[in-house]
Amino acid sequence: MTATKAPSEPMRQPAVRRPGDRIFAGSAKASGIFILLVLAGVAAFLIGEAIPALTAPAEEIPGGEGLAAYIGPLVLGTLLGAVLALLVATPLAVGIALYVTYYAPRRIAAAMGYVIDLLAAIPSVVYGFWGLAVLAPALRPFHSWAADTLGFIPFFAGPASTTGRTMFTVGLVLAVMILPIISAISREVFTQAPALHREAALALGATRWEMIRMAVLPYGKSGVIAGAMLGLGRALGETMAVAIVLSGGAGATLTLISNSNPSTIASNIALRFPEATGIDVNTLIASGLVLFVITLGVNMLARWVVNRRADFSGAN
Amino acid sequence: MAKRIEVSDLNIYYGDFRAVEGVNISIEPRSITALIGPSGCGKSTFLRSLNRMHEVLPGARVEGKVVMDGQDLYGADVDPVDVRRQIGMVFQRPNPFPTMSIYDNVIAGNRLNNKKMKKSEADDLVEKSLRGANLWNEVKDRLDRPGSGLSGGQQQRLCIARAIAVEPDVLLMDEPCSALDPISTLAIEDLMTELKEQFTIVIVTHNMQQAARVSESTGFFNLNGVGQPGRLIEFNPTEKIFSNPDEKATEDYISGRFG
Amino acid sequence: MSTPTRIAPEAPARPAGPVRAQRRLPRFAPLGLFLAGVALGFALSALSGFSIPTAVVYGVLLGTLAVYVASRAVEGRRKATDRLVTSLVTTAFGIAMVPLLSLVWTVLDNGLPRFDAAFFTNSMYRVVGEGGGAYHAILGTLVITALATAISVPIGLMTAIYLVEYASGRLKKSITFFVDVMTGIPSIVAGLFAFALFTLLFGGGVRLGVMGAVALSVLMIPVVVRSCEEVLKLVPNELREASYALGVPKWRTVVKVVLPTAIAGLGTGITLAVARVVGETAPLLVTVGLITGTNLNPFDGRMATLPVFAFYQLTQPGTATQAFLDRAWTAALVLIILVMALNVVARLISRFFAPKTGR
Repeated sequence: MTATKAPSEPMRQPAVRRPGDRIFAGSAKASGIFILLVLAGVAAFLIGEAIPALTAPAEEIPGGEGLAAYIGPLVLGTLLGAVLALLVATPLAVGIALYVTYYAPRRIAAAMGYVIDLLAAIPSVVYGFWGLAVLAPALRPFHSWAADTLGFIPFFAGPASTTGRTMFTVGLVLAVMILPIISAISREVFTQAPALHREAALALGATRWEMIRMAVLPYGKSGVIAGAMLGLGRALGETMAVAIVLSGGAGATLTLISNSNPSTIASNIALRFPEATGIDVNTLIASGLVLFVITLGVNMLARWVVNRRADFSGAN
Repeated sequence: MAKRIEVSDLNIYYGDFRAVEGVNISIEPRSITALIGPSGCGKSTFLRSLNRMHEVLPGARVEGKVVMDGQDLYGADVDPVDVRRQIGMVFQRPNPFPTMSIYDNVIAGNRLNNKKMKKSEADDLVEKSLRGANLWNEVKDRLDRPGSGLSGGQQQRLCIARAIAVEPDVLLMDEPCSALDPISTLAIEDLMTELKEQFTIVIVTHNMQQAARVSESTGFFNLNGVGQPGRLIEFNPTEKIFSNPDEKATEDYISGRFG
Repeated sequence: MSTPTRIAPEAPARPAGPVRAQRRLPRFAPLGLFLAGVALGFALSALSGFSIPTAVVYGVLLGTLAVYVASRAVEGRRKATDRLVTSLVTTAFGIAMVPLLSLVWTVLDNGLPRFDAAFFTNSMYRVVGEGGGAYHAILGTLVITALATAISVPIGLMTAIYLVEYASGRLKKSITFFVDVMTGIPSIVAGLFAFALFTLLFGGGVRLGVMGAVALSVLMIPVVVRSCEEVLKLVPNELREASYALGVPKWRTVVKVVLPTAIAGLGTGITLAVARVVGETAPLLVTVGLITGTNLNPFDGRMATLPVFAFYQLTQPGTATQAFLDRAWTAALVLIILVMALNVVARLISRFFAPKTGR
């Protein structure tokens, strides 16, 4: 209803709008635009504060070998932990989602879904406490066993950590943390699987599993992928749990079970930022910028998958 | 109170689509004018253009003139909000505000516009409007109860009470009985005949018997085909429309030989 | 695996009839077999030096195997596969329960010893060993979270109103998309953003409570927008039309009809958004820091907050290590209670403020 008076449309009304309407609509629109500005601001300010680190001579960067040498291992560590979490969490989350939607007794299914959602409500710092106090000691035997028997695989190269505070433990903690995200989205798409297809499958004499394989999984596939990517985004950026659990060294190694794991970008920032000064601050912000770009890419990809699916699902 | 509406050469568009074209009609005060026609023929769109309600949809606009007692409703400086205060509307499905009591629903038009009223004035207005809508005796003991607790027919009369509480000149009704049972329908029809003493009433209905029962004049809308604009085929006194219509299409429609 | 379309299983000797009786395991047989397998697993574990984890792993594996083999023998392959999958997804759910229960138990076990009055009334001012509490941190968390809410709710709610009531076209699409993207910003990055912003404004090394509130807002705004948007969309269009038809301007319709109708959902959504940020640690770590005394002015220097307090008590214990660890766990317990309480409040809001039908 914008009042553009084109000569070809002589009767188009110049819509009369009251001052109240104009102010209210204007401030609503301003809020929306403000959010876009904030997002742009996040990028701009991070870049602004990272520039000194980008232009500084290599010797001044912590480690003395330049920015890429400093951030590179951190990126590796971030990816290692997040991907491990994703590999563990996705099958579990799909299983949970199937259980809650198609296997659990109807009366308690909603409550069970709620219990899983509670996992998402627990603050990440508490997960860190739990990982440090319970999971790391519990996994110590596994670490030494893995180093002994699976040591030929680069991921399980020894020497095994004696504390259990390794990337492997971190990956499992992260897996628990992203479990509710993936399973919530999977649950949603599984319940939306067309009842017609499900009933058709059952009417053909399919067992419950065959029905799920024929009618539910194909329909929910892209939703599960999108959920997994959102979970990956969360795992990449998770800070406190990693900062508390991981006792990492420097070096860029692939091993998950020794003390020579690289740290992750986020936990490195959390641990060093409070005491950092001068160019160190800029270096850490530059690493944060890298993290921002990675998660932004993953999330945009996930949203794209979700939206594409919404266009084709025929919902609404 | 109760004004005449003159419509001349009215075209209604949604974006580039012409939904209704070339309507000329004169709606008499203190009478009921019924609009009939098959689904999608533009009669509801036309009704909503009379109080500029169709503008709620983005891209909707009109060409032509709608004049109410000398005032052009689509004049350059006319605020659609003011038009709607003079021309009230009752919808197909009863839609009382779920967060408000029966009492608050009736004076919603005043309250929502922040009009200051004394308690006694508000009480009087509520009673007068509910009596006007034949609902007072049924709800006078539970005015503080939610409006959504009433039956469908009562809710629709509550909506009528709400519409007449802002004291409009014209009342538009968009299939007001299509969601109601026969007994509630009868109650609404009785109410309409009472209300026409004070208001100009325009009603869209699918029910030809209803049009025949309550209205003085009837307009028949039709369209030539899917994707074509709707047009006013015939506008005549109700008696003539139902006994001896001028147009063949009208006769086909009212005798059920349509489509 | 057989193709799912092959309906007729083995056992060809059966008489042909309209409904052929399937050979089935008796109703309680699967459960019985499973339990038998579990018992065997426990026994096996006991042979190799009993431990609960190995017992459970052996038990579940053997139980599942027992059910599968029995079903395969009696009911055929398709049914056996079905039972196997049933075991698998149930186990998946069970596995997810383990960390939840373990976590809650650990936090209760370690947190309860210092869950006393002193913890809620004392700060850490001049406390180096035992005693002390998180009074300052709890109040700091409340102040900063309240400030973040005060920033996020107006912006988030107005944006949701814009998206539902006004927006169309490209701007609507891009706001929706970027709000979605914004929900994925890592919390530490939000903290860095606030730090960079205030460094530009006030020079390096600045630490303020309001910086934390800004960082939390970056995380909270998209959540508020999404939940409010969903709720506003649920308000029936008929109510808006009813209001317009009474000659009510659009903005009054939104404020006085749409928002009151949606108030329950809005309250729930906003409370859940608060619950999401109240436990955030990383952004506060880099923007607000920590002090031992009580500072309730978010515009004047460092403040204590509960999550950061918990983190430092755990990772930087002083000489009396156990006292620090106890306080850390109690802080974690209080944090969980706070988040759970907000979740419960959110549910209560949606129950009590929902529009009454009156029947």
